Amino acid sequence: MTQTAADSPARRQRAQIKERTLRTDQWWRYPLVTFIIFTAFLVYATWAIFDMDYFVSPYHAPFASPCLATSCPEEARLFGLAPFGDWYTWPPGILILGLPAGFRFTCYYYRKAYYRGFWLSPPACAVGEPHRTYTGESRFPLILQNVHRYFFYAAIVIGLILAYDAVLALVHKPAGLGTWILIANAILINLYTLSCHSCRHITAGRLTHFSRHPVRYKAWTVVSKLNAKHQELALVSMFSVMGADLYVRLVAKGIVSFPFA
Amino acid sequence: MSYKAKFRVWRGEGGEGRLEDFTVEVNEGEVVLDIIHRLQATQAPDLAVRWNCKAGKCGSCSMEINGKPRLGCMTRMSTFTEDETITVTPMRTFPVIKDLVTDVSFNYQKAREIPSFTPPADVKPGEYRMQQIDVERSQEFRKCIECFMCNNVCHVIRDHEENKPGFAGPRFLMRIAELDMHPYDVVDRKDAAQEEHGLGYCNITKCCTEVCPEHIKITDNALIPMKERVVDRKYDPLVWLGNKIFKRSGSKS
Ligand code: SF4
Ligand code: SF4
Ligand code: FES
Ligand code: FES
Repeated sequence: MTQTAADSPARRQRAQIKERTLRTDQWWRYPLVTFIIFTAFLVYATWAIFDMDYFVSPYHAPFASPCLATSCPEEARLFGLAPFGDWYTWPPGILILGLPAGFRFTCYYYRKAYYRGFWLSPPACAVGEPHRTYTGESRFPLILQNVHRYFFYAAIVIGLILAYDAVLALVHKPAGLGTWILIANAILINLYTLSCHSCRHITAGRLTHFSRHPVRYKAWTVVSKLNAKHQELALVSMFSVMGADLYVRLVAKGIVSFPFA
Repeated sequence: MSYKAKFRVWRGEGGEGRLEDFTVEVNEGEVVLDIIHRLQATQAPDLAVRWNCKAGKCGSCSMEINGKPRLGCMTRMSTFTEDETITVTPMRTFPVIKDLVTDVSFNYQKAREIPSFTPPADVKPGEYRMQQIDVERSQEFRKCIECFMCNNVCHVIRDHEENKPGFAGPRFLMRIAELDMHPYDVVDRKDAAQEEHGLGYCNITKCCTEVCPEHIKITDNALIPMKERVVDRKYDPLVWLGNKIFKRSGSKS
């Protein structure tokens, strides 16, 4: 390579300023806070996958839903089915967690956040990144981020199942605090899913003539409004799913117990 | 209501130069460009700065103020405290001609590399019939004042000179998106966006959007939608199959 970063003739024509950035504000806050929050989420999720107290009638912890194995309590199985049968004895969350995890991992918002907070590429705008070379999402492995829309399809299904769980809880225990936590979580998760950039593209973003598809255009307008809040929904739904999951497990363990728990 | 502000201004030619300190008068209501002009008028008559409209509309006065790409004419002095030292440098991604003036021809070069608007052969000028909702989306991108601060801040080229040949920068990837969304444009731009203009380099970290003085949602409304269009074309087997079965052209629906 004749034109490598710092010392090429072309590069030397730029203002030679040694500082990585001349920003005087607290630009490091966003990557730092992102790093802390996401790490906390990962630690919690790892613990939750292996924790077996994921069901206490009628509450189902979101990280372990749907439950598809016979090792789940009868009531916890999705529509009473257990397609994975007896041989599967590991925690049921492992079977399905790849879908919501993949959805968030390839989400355009999360990509932005972890490229900044974990990979420092860039840590903040106009702050030099530490890497010598950069190819971004133009080749393997990051080119795989383009599968995002398939995770979106899966996330629609997961979102519906969480809504179904919340309805079951409502039917069996309308006055339970857990019911309302699950309902709030199901709403937030579904709003997050609908605000997805791939969803926006699928509704009508891919068209060039909105006027020929009035219904899809209408859907696009609604999704676009949600999409403008995608980052907020991503974060709020992350906290809500973590909170709801923890709450159900605490009830299941008997740590939280009062009449309307 | 005037006070003496501390300024550090980068001075030099080609890439060589240094930050020079100045103490300069600031009056109520002034912007950074006013102060640069006062320096020219009083202490540094040969200080070079490019400007034109002083109204945030010509895109000439792009510079970096306290490390952030800003328009000199739209950055109010009242946003700084009186004891703060204000550092002003040229844009870091482009070669310096002198002081705050950079050579932005990279951007004109990239603009030329994108095939221009191409209507269908049988439609003559004057015969275009478009509905407002069909062109609305790309009208946002027409607000661009070509200040090139988005291309300047984009880490793909800011931190990696070697990526310049293969990357059009957010300004011109947005131009591709604008044309791809245009109801009367017939050129297929998806493959070229990815392969020639480097859309895949963008990792949607949104710095272009953060600095755009016209508040264009470059990443959300142009780059991500364009990435999704490229997925349709190159990476989504279902869309490919659907286009085969229903014999859709796939490009303009
Ligand atoms: S969003 Fe993409 S194009 Fe915009 S600054 Fe970031 S990497 Fe560059
Ligand atoms: S898109 Fe915004 S930042 Fe980029 S050149 Fe146009 S006005 Fe400037
Ligand atoms: S879920 Fe964030 S973009 Fe799809
Ligand atoms: S002088 Fe025209 S934008 Fe600043």
